[in-house]
Amino acid sequence: MDKVEKNLLNEVLNHDSIEQADAYNIRANGHLQKRKENPYIHIRSKKDGTGIDIEVLPDTLFGIIDIPVIITESGLTDIVYNDFYIGKNANVTIVAGCGIHNHAEKQSQHNGIHRFFLEENAKVRYIERHYAEGKGEGKKVLNPTTEISMKKGSYLMMDTIQLKGVDESIRITKANVEDGATLVINEKILTNNHQTATTDFQVTLGGGNASCHVVSRSVAKDDSYQEFSSNIIGKDLCYGHVECDAIIQENGRVKAIPEIDAQSVDANLIHEATIGKIAGSQLMKLMSLGLSEKEAENAIITGFLK
Amino acid sequence: MLELIDICFTRDHKKILDHVSLQLEKEKFYAITGPNGSGKSTLAKIIMGIERPDSGRILLDGVDITEKTIDERARLGFGFAFQQPVCFKGITVYDLLKIATGKEIDKKEACSILSKVGLCALDYIDREVNNSLSGGELKRTEIATVLAREPKLAIFDEPEAGIDLWSFRSLNRVFQQLGRSNSGITLVISHQERILNIADTIILMEEGHITKMDTRENMVSCIFQEVKCCSGGEMNG
Repeated sequence: MDKVEKNLLNEVLNHDSIEQADAYNIRANGHLQKRKENPYIHIRSKKDGTGIDIEVLPDTLFGIIDIPVIITESGLTDIVYNDFYIGKNANVTIVAGCGIHNHAEKQSQHNGIHRFFLEENAKVRYIERHYAEGKGEGKKVLNPTTEISMKKGSYLMMDTIQLKGVDESIRITKANVEDGATLVINEKILTNNHQTATTDFQVTLGGGNASCHVVSRSVAKDDSYQEFSSNIIGKDLCYGHVECDAIIQENGRVKAIPEIDAQSVDANLIHEATIGKIAGSQLMKLMSLGLSEKEAENAIITGFLK
Repeated sequence: MLELIDICFTRDHKKILDHVSLQLEKEKFYAITGPNGSGKSTLAKIIMGIERPDSGRILLDGVDITEKTIDERARLGFGFAFQQPVCFKGITVYDLLKIATGKEIDKKEACSILSKVGLCALDYIDREVNNSLSGGELKRTEIATVLAREPKLAIFDEPEAGIDLWSFRSLNRVFQQLGRSNSGITLVISHQERILNIADTIILMEEGHITKMDTRENMVSCIFQEVKCCSGGEMNG
C-alpha cells in the first residue's frame, strides 16, 4: 500500500492501524486488497462478485470491524453491495466508508450499498466516513445507500460523516424499526466550492415502542448546495425525532424537506429544522475571549460538526 | 487606567449615551446602577468594543483604543460577561474554558476554574454550553470564562439577571472574592444591593448621563433612600 492509499485509509478509519480491528476487508479500486476474519466474525465475497457478506455470530461482544474502500484510479466507477448480518445479542462496532484520490480529469465514483440485518437485541455502532482529495478536474462522487432492518430490542447508532473533498453525494438511508428497537443517526456534512450533497432518510417505526433519533448538522460554504429530506412513518406506539441544523456561509444554500406521518394515534413524531448563518452573538462571545473573527468562525463550525 | 472621554451614542434618534466621560482606576471595583434604559449596558459594550461610539475616545493607560475591535481589546486584557450567556451547539464547557485561557489546559485546571464559580466541575465539564444547562449554570459558566482569562478589566453585565435567588447568593460570593483579590479593574452592572455593597465606587446612570459617582459609603444610602421615596421601597430594576 503506497503513501496515498495509506492516507486515504487513515481518513476513512480515523485510526492508524487497521490491524487493531478484529476483522476487516479492504477494497481498493474495485478489488479485494486484504481481509482478516476471526471465529466470530466471518467475511465472505458474494458469489456474483458484487460485494461481501459480513456475518457476526450471536453473542459476539465488542467486535471491531473495518470495511474501508479506497479509490485512486481516475475514471473508475465502483459499485459494491455489502450485507451485514448481526446475530442475536451481538455487540459490534463497524467502521466503513470510502476515500477517493483523484488527481486526473475523469470522474471517480463509489456507490456503496450497505444492508444491515440486526437480530433481536443486537447492538451496532456504525461509523461511515467519506473523504476525497486530489487536484485533478475529475469529480469525486460518493453515493452511499444504507438499508437497515432492526428486530425486537436491537439498537443501531450510525454516525455518517463527510467533511472534505466530495464533489457530489447522494446519501439514502432507509430503516425499518421493530418492537422496542432504537435507531440513532448522527449526520455531519460540510460542503464548499460548488459541491452538492443530498441526504434522504426514510424510517418506518413499525413496532410498539420503536424509536428513532436523527440529528443532521451541516455547513454549506461558498457556492455549495445541500438538500436534506426525511420521512418518518409511525405505525404504532413509537417516538421519532428529526433535527436538521444547518449553517450557511457566503452563497451556500441548504434546503430541508421534513415529512412525518403518524399512522397511529400513539405515534409521537417531531421534526425540527434550523438553517441560518452563524449567530453574531456567538462570534462576539468568542472574540471577547481573544479569538479573531475567522478563528471564532472555525471554532463554532468545528464544535458544530464535532 | 481606563478613560472614556465625551462618549456619545445615538440609535433610532434616541441619545443612549450623551457626552459620557469616566475614569476607572486599577485595583478598584466599580458598580454601575440606574434605571432600565439609562445606557449602562451600552456603556459596557462600548468599553468592550461590541458597540462603536458615534463620537468620543477611549484611552487605556493613555493609549487611544477607540478603534480597537473586540478581540484586540480581549488581547489587551479586557473580559466581558454577557447579560444573556451565549449558547453553542457542540461546544462544551471545557472547550469554552480552553478558548478563554488560550491554552490546552487539562481537565483538572478547568475544574479549578469552575469551582471558583461554585460549579461542581466534573458534572459540567463535558456538557454542551446550551439550554440544557439551567440559567444559573449558564451564568456561572459565562462568569468562569471571564475569570479564566484573569483580565485586567473585567466587565459583568447584570450577573444577577435571569437567575434564581439561590444561584445569586453563590454568585455574590464570587464577586466578594473578586472584590478582595482584585488587581485590575472590575466593572459590574447591577441593581442588587448585595453587589453594590461590595463596590469601592458606585456610578449612577440616568437617561444617558452619569448623574452621580462616589464611594459606596456615600452612594448606597443615598440611592436606596431615593428609590424608597420614589417607589415605596422597591428599586427600579
